[in-house]
Amino acid sequence: MAINRESNVYTIIFATVMVVVVGGLLAFVSMSLKPIQQANIDNEKMQNILQSIGIEETDGITRDEAGKVFDNYITRRLTINYKGEILSDKSIKEPIDKKDKLDAFNIDLRKEYSKFVKPIMNKTKGDDAKLAAELEKSENIHFPIFVCEHNGEKFYIVSASGKGLWDDIWGYLCIQADGETVHGSVFDHKGETPGLGSKITEKWFQDDFKGKTIADGTEFTSIHVLKPGAKLDTHQVDGISGATFTGKGVNEMLNRNLIVYYNFFKNNPEF
Amino acid sequence: MSETVKREPLFSKKNRKLITDPLNQINPVTIQVLGICSALAVTVQMDNALIMALAVTAVTALGNVVISAMRNIIPGRIRIIVELVVVAALVIIVDQILKAYVYDVSKSLSVFVGLIITNCIIMGRLEAFALGNKPWASALDGLGNGLGYGLVLIVVAFFKEVLGSGALTIPGLGKLHLIPQALYDMGYMNNGLFLLPPSSLIIVAIYIWVQKSRNPDLIGE
Repeated sequence: MAINRESNVYTIIFATVMVVVVGGLLAFVSMSLKPIQQANIDNEKMQNILQSIGIEETDGITRDEAGKVFDNYITRRLTINYKGEILSDKSIKEPIDKKDKLDAFNIDLRKEYSKFVKPIMNKTKGDDAKLAAELEKSENIHFPIFVCEHNGEKFYIVSASGKGLWDDIWGYLCIQADGETVHGSVFDHKGETPGLGSKITEKWFQDDFKGKTIADGTEFTSIHVLKPGAKLDTHQVDGISGATFTGKGVNEMLNRNLIVYYNFFKNNPEF
Repeated sequence: MSETVKREPLFSKKNRKLITDPLNQINPVTIQVLGICSALAVTVQMDNALIMALAVTAVTALGNVVISAMRNIIPGRIRIIVELVVVAALVIIVDQILKAYVYDVSKSLSVFVGLIITNCIIMGRLEAFALGNKPWASALDGLGNGLGYGLVLIVVAFFKEVLGSGALTIPGLGKLHLIPQALYDMGYMNNGLFLLPPSSLIIVAIYIWVQKSRNPDLIGE
């Protein structure tokens, strides 16, 4: 071969060809696996929502199963804003349209928090009243509600997202028809410490929320994660030892999000 | 062992050594001290360790083959970039496949799959072996080094998970609880330290100790 491997022309041609070939290959792999990956993500969300209901049928449901039976349980999907105005209201007859950004199922909890809520929280620096006022002004923050009907009972699945010790945490809480009592919960996280903060995904922690209430008479009272072993009332759950900051993160996100749902249920008794 | 005996048998003694040496004599983690970072981080559960070992083995072996096949046409001045592009492309493909078919594992491995790109074992083998050897020998060398890395990962994960959570998570079998409940009732507790990265250092150190005391010729001056 008479090609000079050290010449500039050869080097540039080689680099160009290589980049085009590799780029094409990666684009092909990504395109062909995309539907399966998206289905995984959707099914996981359905799994989380169904598990949070706290009924026997969906307890410990697998991801693939959740994708199949989701419509049997969830009959209505609502999206509200901070003021409690309904932005989107879909019944079971309208399938989830991926392009409809307001459909409750398409609301990305982590994005809601990191893109819209976090900047406001940074600005208000821990001033709760200011934070609430700013959140009310923001038009970008959405709160999904999933309505589940099961054996004649109605359940509302609401969501919350915030920050743990290292990264995002989020969760779904199922509220009974009275708009106050918690019936089940699911929490997940991006990168809490394995064996410590990551335990918020464990069943004993989530089961502890069952039967707790977010109302004290006619006032909103959030649910708090305490230090492990403390005496608990109906607004408190047992914490995880060694995961104080994850617990604090759960408290903050529940407090910030649940009040919206509480007011919504109170002002819309027909739900 | 080999069916096609032409020039040099596929699994000649020399070729067999390419696979077996990295398991012990020149183990990439314990002797060459490469790829330690991920060995510390992804060993909390056995299934993560197994998939990580598999992923790294696939990338080292395939990367070695590709680079070895191209070794005569790669311009010398940009060879590191070429190696990096090949490795990065392979890792992204592995990552995409994990996301599609073993979603849970891909979630718990999170960034560490992407960090395979920077795993020193891979670039090290490309530079030291694949650039100067034929594809078949390079494939074996990559396979051997990947397995050597995987072996350490599995040993570390075994002790971390059993001592840290009292269980072993095997893909396909789920979580096997190895420590009987009776022991917990008597007051035994899982050691939380073993769930954190520092414990891997201790286990790797003990591994090296055992390995060197069994192979005195590995001990330096």
